[in-house]
Amino acid sequence: MSVTVVRNGQVCSSTGVVNADLVIEGEYISSLVEPGTPVEAAAHVFDASGCLLLPGLVDMHVHLREPGDEEAEDIRSGCAAAVAGGFTDIVAMPNTHPPQDSVGVVEFVREAAARAGLCRVHPAGCVTRARAGKELAGIRELAEAGVVIFTDDGDPVRDSRIMRRALEYVGFLGGLVADHCEDIQLTDGAQMNEGEVSGWLGLAGWPSVAEEIFVARDILLAEYTGSRVHLQHLSTAGAVRLVRDAKARGVMVSAEVTPHHLMLTDEKATEYDPVFKVNPPLRTAADRAAVRLGLADGTIDIVATDHAPHTPENKEEWTEARCGMLGLETALPLVWDLHRKGVLTLERLVDAMSSRPAHLAGLEPRGPLAAGQRADLCVFDMEHEWVVDPSGFHGKSRNTPYEGMTCTGRVRYTFVDGRPVFRADEKVGENKRPGRTAFLVEEGVASEGPTPGMPGRKK
Amino acid sequence: MKAQGEAAACVLDSDDMRRAVSRIAHEVVERNRGAEGLVLVGIHTRGVPLSARIAEEIAKIEGVRPSQGSVDTAFYRDDVGLPPRVPTGPTSVPVPLSGAHVILVDDVLFTGRSVRAALTAVWDFGRPLSVQLAVLVDRGHRELPIQADYVGRDLATERNETVKVRVTEIDGFDRVDVLSPHRGVLFE
Amino acid sequence: MSDYSASSDHVPAGAMQEISNHPRSLLAMGDLDVHRLGEILTLTQEFRSVLRRPIPKVPALRGKTIANCFFEDSTRTRCSFELAAKRLSADVITLTEKGSSLSKSESLRDTVRTLECMGVDGFVVRHHASGVPARIAAWVDHPVINGGDGAHEHPTQALVDLATLIEKWGSLAGARVLIVGDVAHSRVARSNVTAFTLAGASVSVCAPPTLLPPGIEGWPVTVSEDLDAEIPEADVVYLLRMQQERIVDDPVVPSLCEYARGFGFTEERARYLHSEAVVMHPGPMNRGVEIAASVADLPISLVEKQVSNGVAVRMAVLYLFFAGIP
Repeated sequence: MSVTVVRNGQVCSSTGVVNADLVIEGEYISSLVEPGTPVEAAAHVFDASGCLLLPGLVDMHVHLREPGDEEAEDIRSGCAAAVAGGFTDIVAMPNTHPPQDSVGVVEFVREAAARAGLCRVHPAGCVTRARAGKELAGIRELAEAGVVIFTDDGDPVRDSRIMRRALEYVGFLGGLVADHCEDIQLTDGAQMNEGEVSGWLGLAGWPSVAEEIFVARDILLAEYTGSRVHLQHLSTAGAVRLVRDAKARGVMVSAEVTPHHLMLTDEKATEYDPVFKVNPPLRTAADRAAVRLGLADGTIDIVATDHAPHTPENKEEWTEARCGMLGLETALPLVWDLHRKGVLTLERLVDAMSSRPAHLAGLEPRGPLAAGQRADLCVFDMEHEWVVDPSGFHGKSRNTPYEGMTCTGRVRYTFVDGRPVFRADEKVGENKRPGRTAFLVEEGVASEGPTPGMPGRKK
Repeated sequence: MKAQGEAAACVLDSDDMRRAVSRIAHEVVERNRGAEGLVLVGIHTRGVPLSARIAEEIAKIEGVRPSQGSVDTAFYRDDVGLPPRVPTGPTSVPVPLSGAHVILVDDVLFTGRSVRAALTAVWDFGRPLSVQLAVLVDRGHRELPIQADYVGRDLATERNETVKVRVTEIDGFDRVDVLSPHRGVLFE
Repeated sequence: MSDYSASSDHVPAGAMQEISNHPRSLLAMGDLDVHRLGEILTLTQEFRSVLRRPIPKVPALRGKTIANCFFEDSTRTRCSFELAAKRLSADVITLTEKGSSLSKSESLRDTVRTLECMGVDGFVVRHHASGVPARIAAWVDHPVINGGDGAHEHPTQALVDLATLIEKWGSLAGARVLIVGDVAHSRVARSNVTAFTLAGASVSVCAPPTLLPPGIEGWPVTVSEDLDAEIPEADVVYLLRMQQERIVDDPVVPSLCEYARGFGFTEERARYLHSEAVVMHPGPMNRGVEIAASVADLPISLVEKQVSNGVAVRMAVLYLFFAGIP
């Protein structure tokens, strides 16, 4: 079995952050050892000095666009973006064309992801057939095929009766319904957050109450039916308050927030650059403060990117532009920034981006790194400063709202099942035949004999 | 106020200017045999008060005050690409110019381009019998085939010098200076 | 000295600096400061006199090509821009394709870039969606004049209105302007609030709450819901168009009839105006809805004056923004 050592990192372990070398045997972490400890038969050595070793990140909300919109992203490019962002597991939203409302489509996505061989992809299933909101999708067969998350994301489950039945039925099968909370009659023609900025720009607004009405409805339905419900991309202060109150009552509700709702506000719309058009919209500074607080105190369980690639043609002009922005390749540095600023603790960061979403999505438990765990790792270079340049992205699309922004911290390596699937400064899968593992790091191979030297820091 | 490194030399004082205007008025009347059918059109900015003075002088000589108008050349300039200029005063001609003898009045004749522009402007008001040009100072360096019919003072200047005309109506006093760059002596 | 040569050293360096600091495009009234506004009003006055000449045309934009991109139907704005450009001796291309069909066939970006490649020196853009002129300005290397975008701004209409009032009164300082009606969906209202405020007037708006935009508390206006209380105070009553389509999509008022009763400017209401007050409307008017047919034709109505100022104002804008293009 091949042995890999990740040297000189700071490891998020069950006893806190420790300086240790992490030894991987096969797909599992075999031990954490004192830095510099000789490791027998280490075939691959990775330098993680200056890096934090986190459990592989999990994103509950990704749009991979395949099948149907491969111009914007495909499963392979989406997976490349994911591992470049430190994600080892992503939940693929079902609003593809055709939608993921049948086992056939779900299997197609899984197989394409397996061929890409980068990260694990967990397709979500539709709540309703064809996401049309009229009748339940074939939930049992999807569940039997291993689907855990059910959502009509992109759209809410509009009909309260269908939502009620979905909660009951999905819950009975052990799944989780995730809802995109939006009263679409209140948001007819909406372009951005309704408020002072939209009023002046003359763009029709998504009122915050349109989100909150559905948050409240879903909470009440979950409470009434005794089911779990997951609320996607919370963006308003009112929604956070509703979730906080519901949790205090013991309702089984979980919630997510996106990096962009944590970082940006509706002031960004002023230049009409549709890269900032997203649903739910960027809200006010007060809403941003509320979702940050909600994430910090656990009211909002997880960070999910809502990674939504779009081609330039679909991001030309505000009103015609589609909603959504990229998220995977910038998520961790942005949340890390919040941690650096004292908004949330490291424990909370790891919980919100790894352990908790893994739990919600029904994945193998993960958490602080320890021997015996699956070797899914994100090696994060904490002090590395870089400027966001979409031309260097690994996904196909370029619609990031952070272009030109300076970030501190970036992912240096990502390991899935003990395999290094991403290394900074190298395009994932460059010059490799499709269908093969993206790359294996060739330098550093067997650099360690019985008397190991310090592995040189690689660029 | 003047730019640093410029030297100013007074070439016409107020008495010189008064005499020049008076002489131009006499020449205009002589050449046109009276004030009949004359329209004096001043080119903004300082051609306008000068044309008023000439009209006043003609009135003294002939007892008839000729009609007066003004043109601003902003919309007729040929210097494409320079920042647009907002007119400093109205372009107005009180009588139809068809059949009139137009005397264009300007302070300084230099390249001839603003006179060219003013001619184009005048043409939008009709077809005059003749157009004549009166200037207080002709400083040479023409870039177009344009000559003045009435000149207050011919000045030999360098191309990089500036001729600055001041009139009481706008500047509070009458004087013409030649500003030379980099002569090193500052006075005034 | 009014003589000049073609070389730039005869233009005072300071003056050039000042001019080049202004925004290249006119996307919103906020792009103009008091100085620039003054220039436009002076130019408007000059062009008004040009238009009265036997030959109402000047060569100021000779050799320039202007693309008049009207992606939304408009007769008066399109015609007045076209005529203004022609009176300035510019060449004009007019596009009247609807935005929707355009978006299906060719992308908006490709359309304007194509025009630019053909040698267009400037754009006038009208679009049903807010922000399109701003986007186009970001894509092209030439100035863009906003000819009205969605519910955002219509700066040249505001300039027409200012020029009309200043022609009448000489100044707007201290004047009280009352804007009545569908402020929420009105690009004219947004531009005019800025324009009137910039000119020193105080602005109040009067509409049912369903027709007020979110965040109007942050605007430099006072808000009232009682039209009858406001009318005697106003020097200018500015009526906005009330569109039937609005109440079909979204029940902002139960019916146009009901709107007319509460907010229509009737003959009865006109009686409460003080003797110097005037009534304005950006057109096209819905007689019998926001303005009674009889009021529109009273001498207090400046509606026709507004229309007749349209060409001169747009000449001023085109001259100021396009004449300096190399």
